[in-house]
Amino acid sequence: MAKITYIEHNGTKHTLDVQNGLTVMEGAVQNNIPGIDADCGGGMACATCHVYVKEDWFDKINKKSEGEDDMIDQAYEPKKNSRLSCQIIVSDDLDGLVVDMPGKQT
Amino acid sequence: MIKTDALIIGAGPTGLFTAHQLKLIGLDCEIVDNLDKIGGQCIELYPDKPIYDIPAVPECTGEELTNNLINQLKPFDIKFHLSERVDEVKKDGEKWIVKTNKGTSFTTPNVIIAGGVGSFEPRKFSVEGHEKFENKSILYSIKDKNIFKGKTVSIFGGGDSALDWAVELANNCNVNLIHRRDEFRGAQATVDKVHELTKSNKINLFTKFQLKKINGSSKIESIDIEDDNKKIKNLKTDYVLGFFGLIMQLGPIASWGLNIDKKTVEVDTEKFETNQKGIYAVGDICNYPGKLKLILSGFHEGALAARACFKLAKPNEKYRFEFTTSSKAIKKRLGVKSD
Repeated sequence: MAKITYIEHNGTKHTLDVQNGLTVMEGAVQNNIPGIDADCGGGMACATCHVYVKEDWFDKINKKSEGEDDMIDQAYEPKKNSRLSCQIIVSDDLDGLVVDMPGKQT
Repeated sequence: MIKTDALIIGAGPTGLFTAHQLKLIGLDCEIVDNLDKIGGQCIELYPDKPIYDIPAVPECTGEELTNNLINQLKPFDIKFHLSERVDEVKKDGEKWIVKTNKGTSFTTPNVIIAGGVGSFEPRKFSVEGHEKFENKSILYSIKDKNIFKGKTVSIFGGGDSALDWAVELANNCNVNLIHRRDEFRGAQATVDKVHELTKSNKINLFTKFQLKKINGSSKIESIDIEDDNKKIKNLKTDYVLGFFGLIMQLGPIASWGLNIDKKTVEVDTEKFETNQKGIYAVGDICNYPGKLKLILSGFHEGALAARACFKLAKPNEKYRFEFTTSSKAIKKRLGVKSD
């Protein structure tokens, strides 16, 4: 279990407990957190679960999957700390993770 | 005005199999899709990715699945309207009048929405003021490359479209190629060619840069691009091209008076009909308790929606359930010999 904070583009914060083994994307979608669309359902095929990982966390979480950067090329306003939240698997180590959501996904 | 028993919106796997089911029970149908090819997400998003959960098909790619579905439709003459988006659906007595963005119109008692997550549209730039130049000097696809001759063209993106056009336009234009990172996702041969043309100064390559600002009032004069360290470069340019892939937008479907929840359309599970009589939704775009976004669910939903269409398309006939193994009528429609 990890406490994850999702921050909407307008600043609204949602902090919730997400079960180990789920992805950061699933944590948001299953709890109806707005701002993550996940159109393809976690297949790394759409770039609509795009988040910005807070700098101090970026190097601590798992590295980008192969092909993830190719999809991020197609995301809305990608930055250096962009990730696809469907590729970040939740574990106890992620307790306290903070992700910012972009202005929009599509 | 085209008259048909049922109009299908979306040529993905669900739309294709729904067409098969309609033709099998003796109804006409036509299919509209905003993409320029048949296959929907299977072709656009994962043509090469293997799928493992199609019943009786242990493994196939999105492209193979699409080709098999097209083959299954071979006995039937089905008209596809590709590169057209349905913009308007209006009630007209017992029928629906459907209009596309290209001006094609249909009259039909049945509209089946098999639209996946919506229609594919190019991902656009997000910088302020880009809208007023769109379709004039900011483009997301190229119809006539001759307009660029002798001009300066700034191309954004790192995939095949961006690279192919950079190479092509380098022949007779001044090309800037701008991408957010050093790696490209295009074909290796094209990437090599881009580097070669960069060395011979035919392409000005800017990596780790993104579009920051567009300068100009009535026409674009220059653009500012910014790198990861906030360093800004100003580039004089006549045209700006963006190739960031396609995104899915629910689009006009949202304005047809349907009950929509989180980009999906509510349906019943008997006919897969929406709150509007004669409008059905099947596949990823429909929503009901227990809905699974699987291709196989789309097939089931399409089969039931097709039967529901029969009643409205042929109100004076009674639908009879028949098997393809034994029905003479079905075999005749399929063009195969009956025993």
